[in-house]
Amino acid sequence: MTPANFLPTARATVLELRVRNHPGAMSHITGLFARRGFNLEAIACAPMGDCATSRMLLLVAAEPRLDQVERQLARLHDVLSVSERPDLGPEFFAGMFVAASG
Amino acid sequence: MKTTGAILLRILLERQGIHTLAGIPGGAILPFYDALHEGPIRHILARHEQGAGFIAQGMARATGRAAVCLATSGPGATNLLTAIADARLDSVPLVAITGQVPQPLIGTDAFQEVDTYGLTLPITKHNFLVRSAAELLEVVPLAFQIAESGRPGPVAIDVPKDVLNALIEIDPDSLPAPGRALPVPDCPEAGIVALAAELAAARRPVLYLGGGVIAAEASALACTLAHRLQAPVVSTLMALGAMPPDDPLFMGMLGMHGGKGTNLLLEEADLLLAIGARFDDRATGKAAAFCPRARIAHIDIDRAEIGKIKTPVHGLTGDAADILRRLLAHLPVAPAGGAWRARAAQLRREHPLQVPPAAEDPLHPLNLISFLARELPATALVATDVGQHQMWVAQAFPFRRPRTLLTSGGLGTMGFGLPVAIGAALACPGRRVACVSGDGSILMNIQELATLAELDLPVAILVFNNANLGLVRQQQQLFYGRRYAASRFASVPDFAAVAQGFGIRGVRLDPGGDPLGELAAALAKPGPCLIDIPIHDAANVFPMVPPGAANHQTLTAPELEPATP
Repeated sequence: MTPANFLPTARATVLELRVRNHPGAMSHITGLFARRGFNLEAIACAPMGDCATSRMLLLVAAEPRLDQVERQLARLHDVLSVSERPDLGPEFFAGMFVAASG
Repeated sequence: MKTTGAILLRILLERQGIHTLAGIPGGAILPFYDALHEGPIRHILARHEQGAGFIAQGMARATGRAAVCLATSGPGATNLLTAIADARLDSVPLVAITGQVPQPLIGTDAFQEVDTYGLTLPITKHNFLVRSAAELLEVVPLAFQIAESGRPGPVAIDVPKDVLNALIEIDPDSLPAPGRALPVPDCPEAGIVALAAELAAARRPVLYLGGGVIAAEASALACTLAHRLQAPVVSTLMALGAMPPDDPLFMGMLGMHGGKGTNLLLEEADLLLAIGARFDDRATGKAAAFCPRARIAHIDIDRAEIGKIKTPVHGLTGDAADILRRLLAHLPVAPAGGAWRARAAQLRREHPLQVPPAAEDPLHPLNLISFLARELPATALVATDVGQHQMWVAQAFPFRRPRTLLTSGGLGTMGFGLPVAIGAALACPGRRVACVSGDGSILMNIQELATLAELDLPVAILVFNNANLGLVRQQQQLFYGRRYAASRFASVPDFAAVAQGFGIRGVRLDPGGDPLGELAAALAKPGPCLIDIPIHDAANVFPMVPPGAANHQTLTAPELEPATP
């Protein structure tokens, strides 16, 4: 995907998760979005500090069910915390693609 | 001391207090069976892994404690999936342990290899693929902790064969503590005070009890609250047994096959307090039209349930027993609710369950259920399968105590009844267990008759036999222009002979003779038995709210029966 065709939903918001860093954590999180019919537009993930946990940024549609998305995420065993990052918009992900496309 | 992963797994299960588990051996799990061979844990050999899963569920549902089922890799694991998914939807604590091919073979399409981790991911509360024997020390207690904490649910542990065979040095004196339910965080006091004020001000409050009330052991507190408020109580299928049916405030089951008066009462309520209920579509009907005049308050241990279907005015997350106890402290005096209570009694009186007189039609399913309730000891447990017979049991059997009805509420799994009855009988020695089933459902785990014969447990199986997939046939009659596609059985087995073939007492009631006398005699004898009961193939479950309709759009019996296809 290039910055030119990265077109997030008009009203999208960024969720920040702190998750246990082990195999399967990503499957649990992405699977939840598929299973519950929530939209997931972009993901960035990187290990933190001692690599026991990772920080994950999710670009999701700012729909009325966002609260429900957050609660469903929070009840996954591998998800340690969920918070909204209104300071990071879709531009954050667009910037990442610019950087990656060199 | 040096031991193997398999023996360590057995030791960890023993430390969890597991004395009975159900399963079927196979290649990948064999090292663990070898370890079981020399230990005190009793292994129940099921005849199909789904049976093993439901036997474990029967133990868990009857006791509230996590139970264990075992299967090998590949087909063993896939056969467990239905029982795991069923436990997920009904919040049953279950630990499913599966063998897996050795790690070097994972991903190579090895013999009996399937991605058990991937398959169980969406149907468990959490799942594990164990990568070393040392990991068992962390994973096994954690699995039990997760299964029993908060809202209970199933946890899957997939263990590759090389992990079971691996040698590991352990210190028997410093093994991890068994996993136990974590304390539930307290619900903030402000929410409780606000809800108490709302309840005190309500003129037409209704309590809507779900399975969470039973899981939280909050049944008595919910009844106390109902009486304090003079509030009528409606129950989901999963909460039957939380309030005695002869309590003057009890309005029975709501929803698709709930009482007509019960659903009409909800139309008039000005405050609905849901406790451990999840606003399932079978209970609410068309959600937008559910309780149109009521403000909604919701108590649940799972925060994600609050606001999932209906947005409440008060949403309280926490342990139902704790919240109810604290609510009661704020509600010292019973408000004057005489008119509302009288209105509930009037609706109950005006819309009774429609049952033909027992003298005229003793084999009408609802009359049979009432007869069964009189014949069974008060301590009996009732497991059902899924279909018309299940709804008749829910409508007519007077469940007086929590955990006496074991039924597949959320997933609606045919084949549930027999293995769950076996598990319940194992967990509750000395108590009679009745499995009310249908001729469609019983065939879906009929092989467990062999398990039952072997164990000689006091399980009585009652097959309500209408030679139909009755609830399907009923929907086809009512909503598909009486086009009976694939719902009628041209060939029905002789179930009494089938039972006898398995070594179990089998009786077929003769409608022309003294069927109730035969039924009573069959139930009075000890040990397992199967009773085949011919019922009218046109008998339907009424009232019924059509799927997708609002709960006040109830269909009732008179205008529709008799309608023999």
